[in-house]
Amino acid sequence: MKDRIEFEGVTFRYQEDAPPVLKDVDFFIEKGEWVAIIGHNGSGKSTIAKLMNGLLFAENGEVSVDGMSVNPDSVWEIRKKVGMVFQNPDNQFVGTTVRDDIAFGMENQGVPREEMVEKVAGSLRDVQMETYENHEPHRLSGGQKQRVAIAGVLAIAPDYMLLDEATAMLDPKGRQEILKTVRDVQEKSNMSLVTITHDLREIVAADRVIVMNKGEVWFEGTPREVFAHKDSLSSIGLDVPFVAKLTEEMKQYGVSFRKEPLNHEEMVEELWNLHSTK
Amino acid sequence: MNNSMIIGQYVPGTSLIHRLDPRTKILVIFFFVIIVFFANSVWSYSILTAFAIGTALATRVPLSFIVKGLKPVWFLIVFTFLLHLFVSRQGDILFSVLGFPFYEESLIQGGTLSLRFFLLILFTSLLTLTTSPIEITDAIEYLLHPLKKLRFPVHELALMMSISLRFIPTLMQEAEKISKAQASRGVDFRTGSLKDRMSAVIPLLIPLFVSAFKRAEELAMAMEARGYQGGEGRTKIRALLFRKKDYIVFFFFCLVMAATIGTRV
Ligand SMILES: Nc1ncnc2c1ncn2[C@@H]1O[C@H](COP(=O)(O)OP(=O)(O)OP(=O)(O)O)[C@@H](O)[C@H]1O
Ligand SMILES: [Mg+2]
Repeated sequence: MKDRIEFEGVTFRYQEDAPPVLKDVDFFIEKGEWVAIIGHNGSGKSTIAKLMNGLLFAENGEVSVDGMSVNPDSVWEIRKKVGMVFQNPDNQFVGTTVRDDIAFGMENQGVPREEMVEKVAGSLRDVQMETYENHEPHRLSGGQKQRVAIAGVLAIAPDYMLLDEATAMLDPKGRQEILKTVRDVQEKSNMSLVTITHDLREIVAADRVIVMNKGEVWFEGTPREVFAHKDSLSSIGLDVPFVAKLTEEMKQYGVSFRKEPLNHEEMVEELWNLHSTK
Repeated sequence: MNNSMIIGQYVPGTSLIHRLDPRTKILVIFFFVIIVFFANSVWSYSILTAFAIGTALATRVPLSFIVKGLKPVWFLIVFTFLLHLFVSRQGDILFSVLGFPFYEESLIQGGTLSLRFFLLILFTSLLTLTTSPIEITDAIEYLLHPLKKLRFPVHELALMMSISLRFIPTLMQEAEKISKAQASRGVDFRTGSLKDRMSAVIPLLIPLFVSAFKRAEELAMAMEARGYQGGEGRTKIRALLFRKKDYIVFFFFCLVMAATIGTRV
């Protein structure tokens, strides 16, 4: 039995007469790794996420989690293994308070009350929201609500956590903080992390990146490899970050880099190197 | 926090009444409502009035809130009294003012009926004043539990109530945002004829409805993703617990009931 999420030749369409939204998609997500899925609007990323935890089922091909095929009989087991955080912080907050909301997933699984109380406290600590246990959602910021959503997923201790543009509605600072929080928890618990985004800046820290284009896997590799393709990235509707654009421009002037800089720090480093080896 | 965001008339506090199990409060109120109709003597009415007012004082909710809660029914209470006074003519004439006779029996009947009204409203309003809506929901779910056997969707009803409670402030915030957005485009909600103002509300309601449906859809998906599959086999983190104080209150209330029945004539 393989401990991973696997897509094998997955095809999916929302309506029978419509063209497929996913075409023959193949990839896997290993235990403990962080995979970023990136693609333009409508490229099928959310559809992939929904296929992973049984909100949708493949039309052709197979989606499996830890060797278990995702089908209507296995969804409840699957959902214990695969937790999901959505984009809109407001529309996934079920409970009337932070505590109630975090407990919701556990309540569904029939976890005994004492255990829930303990786990709620633990998850709140993981997302640094200890003092907000009894807050109602309208007294929280968007970022705080997303933290609560993440805590709710952590509480059921899934093996895989999917964030479907979970930071898209936050400001850049909030975005970084949430990603860091999630990253810390992931490393601590050996959980796999799948982050879905259309912002190239958010794939930088991932272990592996899957680039989607029009329902197909367009590229798969490390962030560095993805950035090496930057000329074609913009042709599939992705906004290339400033650092990558700068690298590209400089290459045209004949500057060569030892490795593709992923962020400002690396860029500065490269420039110093260039300067000192001149 | 923002006062307008408090749902209903709940006034948070730490009094004994606040800390009682919501089921205790609902049960006591239920029997109180019944027992009020048994009172028929000065003594029985006095006991019930003392009990109701004593309870109201024990909540330590500021009087102004209690009065505000009674506001919609003041009129009814006074009206009932006056109606009896002027319309029904029973018993001896007690006295006359400017030639208009006041009958003893009418005075008593009007008085007791208004008193009953007052007691009922006062006592039931104490529930919503001292219990948060979600606690009431939990208690209702528990108390209606037996109806499950009759296929009554108790869990679903409770879930519906709690989700409504959860989303009321969100939708209120949204309505405010939309109304500001529409106002900035020149929609005038405040002046003009009633008809004008009514039609000004439409550009507020439509976006609100559209967004509510979108929210509902996303919420349903999020709930499903988190493993929600109905009330079967579910546990709850909000526990209802009968404690010593609940039993003491029950016992005391039984005494009040017994005293009321005992002092009937
Ligand atoms: N419920 C639905 N019914 C019909 N078509 C849908 C539905 N949801 C999505 N689609 C279509 O499927 C395609 C892929 O949608 P999906 O939501 O997976 O894209 P996405 O990559 O997540 O995009 P975004 O970045 O905008 O979130 C789109 O063309 C979309 O129009
Ligand atoms: Mg999407």
